[in-house]
Amino acid sequence: MTDELVTIEVDGRELKAKPGTMLIDVTDAAGINIPRFCYHKKLSVSANCRMCLVEVEKVPKPLPACCTPVNEGMKVSTRSPMALGAQKGTMEFLLINHPLDCPICDQGGECELQDVAVGYGSDVSRYSEAKRVVPQRDIGPLIATDFTRCIHCTRCVRFGAEIAGVRELGATGRGEHMTIGTFVEKSVDSEMSGNVIDLCPVGSLTAKPSRYKARAWELTQHDSVAPHDSVGSNIHVHTRNNRVVRVHPKENESINEIWLSDRDRFSYEGLNSEDRLTQPMVRKNGEWQEVEWQEALEFAVKGLQSAAGSDGDQLATLVSANSTLEELYLAQKLTRGMDSGNIDHRLRQSDFRLDGNDSPVPGLGITIQGIESLDAALLVGSNVRKEQPIIAHRLRKAAKSGAKVSFINPLWIDLHFEADQFVSTPAVMVDNLASIAKAASAKLTGNLAKLVKAAEVSETAKSVAEQLKSANNGVIMLGNQAAAHPDYSLLVVLASAIAEATNTSLSYIPALSNSVGAALAGALPHRGPAASLVEKCGANAQMMQSKPRKAYLLMGAEPGFDFWDPSLINSALDQAECVVALTAYHSESLASCADVMLPIAGFAETSGTLVNAEGTWQSFNGLVKPQGDARPAWKVLRVLGNLLDIDGFDQNSSDDVLEELKSHAAETAIDNSVSTKTAGELNSSTEGLYRIGDVPMYASDALVRRASSLQRTNSAEPAAVRLSANQAKSSDVEEEETLVVVQDGNRAQLPLIIDPRVPDGAVWISSALPGTEKLGGQFGVVTLEKA
Amino acid sequence: MKILNNPLQARNKEEIFSEEIRQDIDCWIAKYPPEWKQSAVMAALRIMQDDNGGWLTTELMDDVAEYLDMSPIHVYEVATFYSMYELKPVGKHKICICTNIACMINDSDSIVKHLKKKLEIGFGEVTEDGRFSLKEVECLGACGGAPMFQIGRKYYENLTPQVVDSILDGLE
Amino acid sequence: MANEVCFRTLEYLKQPWELEEYKSRGGYEVLTHILKNKVGPSEVVETMKASGLRGRGGAGFPTGLKWSFISRNAPGQKYVVCNSDEGEPGTFKDRDILRYNPHQLIEGMVIAGYAIGATVGYNYIRGEFWEEYERFEAALEQARAAGFLGDNLLGSGFDFQLHSHLGGGAYVCGEETALLESIEGKKGQPRFKPPFPAHFGLYGRPTIINNTESLSSVPVILKEGGEWFKELGVENSGGSKLFSISGNINNPGVFEVPLGTPFSELFELVGGMKDGRKLKAVIPGGCSSPVIPGEQMMDLTMDYDAIQKAGSMLGSGAIVIIDDQQCMVKMLDRMSYFYHEESCGQCTPCREGTGWLWRVVNRIENGKGRQEDLDLLESVCGKIAGRTVCALGDAAAMPVRGMLKYFQEEFQYHIDHKRCMVGAGPTKGLG
Repeated sequence: MTDELVTIEVDGRELKAKPGTMLIDVTDAAGINIPRFCYHKKLSVSANCRMCLVEVEKVPKPLPACCTPVNEGMKVSTRSPMALGAQKGTMEFLLINHPLDCPICDQGGECELQDVAVGYGSDVSRYSEAKRVVPQRDIGPLIATDFTRCIHCTRCVRFGAEIAGVRELGATGRGEHMTIGTFVEKSVDSEMSGNVIDLCPVGSLTAKPSRYKARAWELTQHDSVAPHDSVGSNIHVHTRNNRVVRVHPKENESINEIWLSDRDRFSYEGLNSEDRLTQPMVRKNGEWQEVEWQEALEFAVKGLQSAAGSDGDQLATLVSANSTLEELYLAQKLTRGMDSGNIDHRLRQSDFRLDGNDSPVPGLGITIQGIESLDAALLVGSNVRKEQPIIAHRLRKAAKSGAKVSFINPLWIDLHFEADQFVSTPAVMVDNLASIAKAASAKLTGNLAKLVKAAEVSETAKSVAEQLKSANNGVIMLGNQAAAHPDYSLLVVLASAIAEATNTSLSYIPALSNSVGAALAGALPHRGPAASLVEKCGANAQMMQSKPRKAYLLMGAEPGFDFWDPSLINSALDQAECVVALTAYHSESLASCADVMLPIAGFAETSGTLVNAEGTWQSFNGLVKPQGDARPAWKVLRVLGNLLDIDGFDQNSSDDVLEELKSHAAETAIDNSVSTKTAGELNSSTEGLYRIGDVPMYASDALVRRASSLQRTNSAEPAAVRLSANQAKSSDVEEEETLVVVQDGNRAQLPLIIDPRVPDGAVWISSALPGTEKLGGQFGVVTLEKA
Repeated sequence: MKILNNPLQARNKEEIFSEEIRQDIDCWIAKYPPEWKQSAVMAALRIMQDDNGGWLTTELMDDVAEYLDMSPIHVYEVATFYSMYELKPVGKHKICICTNIACMINDSDSIVKHLKKKLEIGFGEVTEDGRFSLKEVECLGACGGAPMFQIGRKYYENLTPQVVDSILDGLE
Repeated sequence: MANEVCFRTLEYLKQPWELEEYKSRGGYEVLTHILKNKVGPSEVVETMKASGLRGRGGAGFPTGLKWSFISRNAPGQKYVVCNSDEGEPGTFKDRDILRYNPHQLIEGMVIAGYAIGATVGYNYIRGEFWEEYERFEAALEQARAAGFLGDNLLGSGFDFQLHSHLGGGAYVCGEETALLESIEGKKGQPRFKPPFPAHFGLYGRPTIINNTESLSSVPVILKEGGEWFKELGVENSGGSKLFSISGNINNPGVFEVPLGTPFSELFELVGGMKDGRKLKAVIPGGCSSPVIPGEQMMDLTMDYDAIQKAGSMLGSGAIVIIDDQQCMVKMLDRMSYFYHEESCGQCTPCREGTGWLWRVVNRIENGKGRQEDLDLLESVCGKIAGRTVCALGDAAAMPVRGMLKYFQEEFQYHIDHKRCMVGAGPTKGLG
């Protein structure tokens, strides 16, 4: 390829471009507007709408700018009589069968067809025949359809094939009868499906949850950051009358490009849930009462002081890593100010044996965009597609351009790209990784050296090791299922040693929107702000639960749904003298164990900062007023600090908090180094039926759990016991039977589903779903009984 | 450590179609590059349509998609694009009558009229006994024998109402 | 001087589709000669260029030139594809080649493969041609058994596999890139060009795609020489050509005559008008070519330039001869319905415009025409032609313009009198 540029002339302007570039890309870059419908910079060229026809000198017919490559000396006119005639001609054709229902169309006011029609359309239609009508189709709770409005640009179809990696929408039929849709009534289930709403240039595909809620011109647009996965997708939040009406992606090429996962797009519905806690509440004589802030705060402070005032170790602070950097920083400051080291955000981890030798600031270690240029990746314990849709999208791009991707997982996962999957029970996952370590001649000591020595090296292990070794740009990524694994420490050290031996990088895919921020803020028992090791190590999340404390401070976490072992946290909270919960929701799960519930602002209601998987700090403003009497959590923490008489709680704004943290941690980067070559004994076992408890995509946090449309999708499946057909046979149980699951003496009644994704010897029971909140850890031995 | 067959790729191919059908489809698959199994989709749809009395159900199209590792919507697109695939039941004998120009100026109208009257059905309909259905089609490339129609796979040319009667009477 | 090329064996043989009979009239001799003597591929291409053979499917692009766009030595797979998706209304010549002379097509395709370095070929046969497909399949079997297809043909080291692919009923698949899409297992929607198939063809590989008649002409051209073929015809229209002749005539059929033959001679060949009626008009090159009044046609010769000069196209050589009892409005109604029905739906002007054209013509035909409709038709044609992905849009516009040019009075009569000028009764639609 030559780097030499050619010179072309467009409407008298001289432009330079790489030869072969499509004309529309050149004019777009120069700010010359050519109308278009089918062309989209992120999709393949289809050249079907014929709206971008322009005149090219010496060519007798108008040419589509989207598929006309530029060459030296080309003279283009985008508004000559020939070009305009062609554009207007196309416009007339597009309008003859388009309904005149703009007044009742949700796209009205932000419709590409409407906009272009103003410039290129005619006042009166010369078409006097009957217009085309397409029957209504229901494609699920997220996307409203009206295919009568469709102009057949096929952007949505191309999105499915090229970006989402799953063809759900298609164009069936021929000619004028061609219709976009699912053909048979079927829902669209991709985790990225909502993007077709943005791509659709007309009102054929619109957002169902926000349909008829507001006109585009009534909305105010704000910039913000999505609050679920660790990508931190940039978003536009659209508000009206102090309510969030909808969320759209905001373009950021290095993070989410122009895409948004459905979770990030539709979770805002949870903000307006009836569950919102709008008034502080205290439990008096066993009864919950709404009280004023002052009383609630005093109640909380009194409770904390009496339970842990004299012995700081009696205070345990457990915080969600979806909290903002400012909130997490103040939470650890308050905890440490009360002379306690007991703070943790790792609520879904059970193996903390590596603490002290662990990676100081675990994160991707590469950029999100950089994932695309990987040539090999081994993912351990990750259902990346559901957990981190944008990261999966980038991985898919890498895989499509030849990267070798493999997974070591406890469940088969549905992927949208080519990858090898090594699926086994949790204990065998460790063996599988050891096998690759051996094939890669990874250097380990102690226990792990023994484990690796004993491992059998299979051909597949060799080939994975070989792929990593021969990669110029390879990673080993640890996902949610690795972090929740009972032998997380072994997995980390093995992965780290393999990375070293194969000259690839160790990478973590943090689970939540501010997991990285939590490490920077010091929301860890062994590391303070900027991840510096503390002198006096506090109790980790597991210890805080297994050895109950007298006082608990919870922030943004619901005991039944956000913890590795809900029965353990519930029992710890039940035994406590004082449980103070900062929460946006009045949940059953909290009401049963807390003593004070302080209403805090939810997503979009508070200012703050999130640090994403690659370590980018992204700050945002509060966009709507918190509901009811709720207050931003940073303010609540500051006042608590004041009332507890702790120094350093004088911040006037979240910016002040941020500046304070920055003075410690502004320069602290992702650091995935692991300072040991060995780890403890294997916790997981191959004895008995072993539970695998993932966190389903739409159960990952309190907000999304209350997003009603997402909860109606096919992806939001109710809790169940899932077994392979083999395993069901040997356990002597049958499909659709209701079973009693017994785990650590806790019991739950759930239906059985035969699911080929589960390996023999394991049982898949998702956590974070109603029906599982009384069960034990995400991983562990369970028995099944007939109901 | 071993690679298991991905259970999400559901059924074994053997479970999808009978051996006879598979052999037939596999002959077509073999004509194309291994990574282009989907090239056999038109043949597979035709084979399944013939096997199912002349029309395709959604389930059959889904089976074809699974057999050829295609997405179902891709198969629906193909099945709805080409006019020879039928998505509704047809008669045992599908009469496809050309009414395009060469036939038209040789009075295909009279043949159409005759057929409609004789069979008591219109275009797109099936006789009550299920023996015949009538379909108007575009030029079948036998204009020298206009007017003409195709029944099943066979062309019949130089039609007159009398010729039509003897053809239909001669069918099973 | 008839039946020199595609039909050259037919009159001598009882079953000309059988391998042995084909061989008895010199069949496969050219291929054998080329393979045995390792004739240079470029020599083959040069001969094709010299022959002046223009694509017989309708577009008339020089075949030899098309072949020369492919670099024989470029690495990777290349393909030869034959377009037997004969669907242009009025055309039925390729069907006769498939039925009566399949081996000559096979021989031509193997030679084409040899010339461009392709080892695989596909013959795309329209789905309705089941009997022709079976005949062609039988010929393929015979050719394989005789070593004319397969690996290491006649010990030359050259491999060539040939398969048939059956269509499913879509006129647009006769467009070469739609046809390639169709082989790839997709809807037959034409691709935008560039890139052309010679660079990005079947499965993204360099591909030549030629009409059945063009490829069947290859063995004879190489046997007799490019000059010989060229001399059969006239300037700019080399060779002889198959004409499918149908309509209101006594002896319809396919006739092979040299290009440049006067239409009047062909008219005699088909025995003139049926039932003593008068010649009114002729569609000279298939439904898509503009109609020409009969009188004018009697003075024309059948070659590319002459027909073009008369404002129409030689197209696929499908001549529809129309008598004075036919209503041109009704004819155009049927033709416009055809394009509306066969538009693939991909690009806006064709998807929306063909339906519009048909509805307006249909309205006129049914006595509901308005005065402004004639201008409207012309205007809509102008907005389709030249603005679509493939030529189907042009093909839909041309017959409308042709009919309005020569037979506007019939349309005007329909509008004014709400009935037909031809025949007495009120006008009828198709129903």
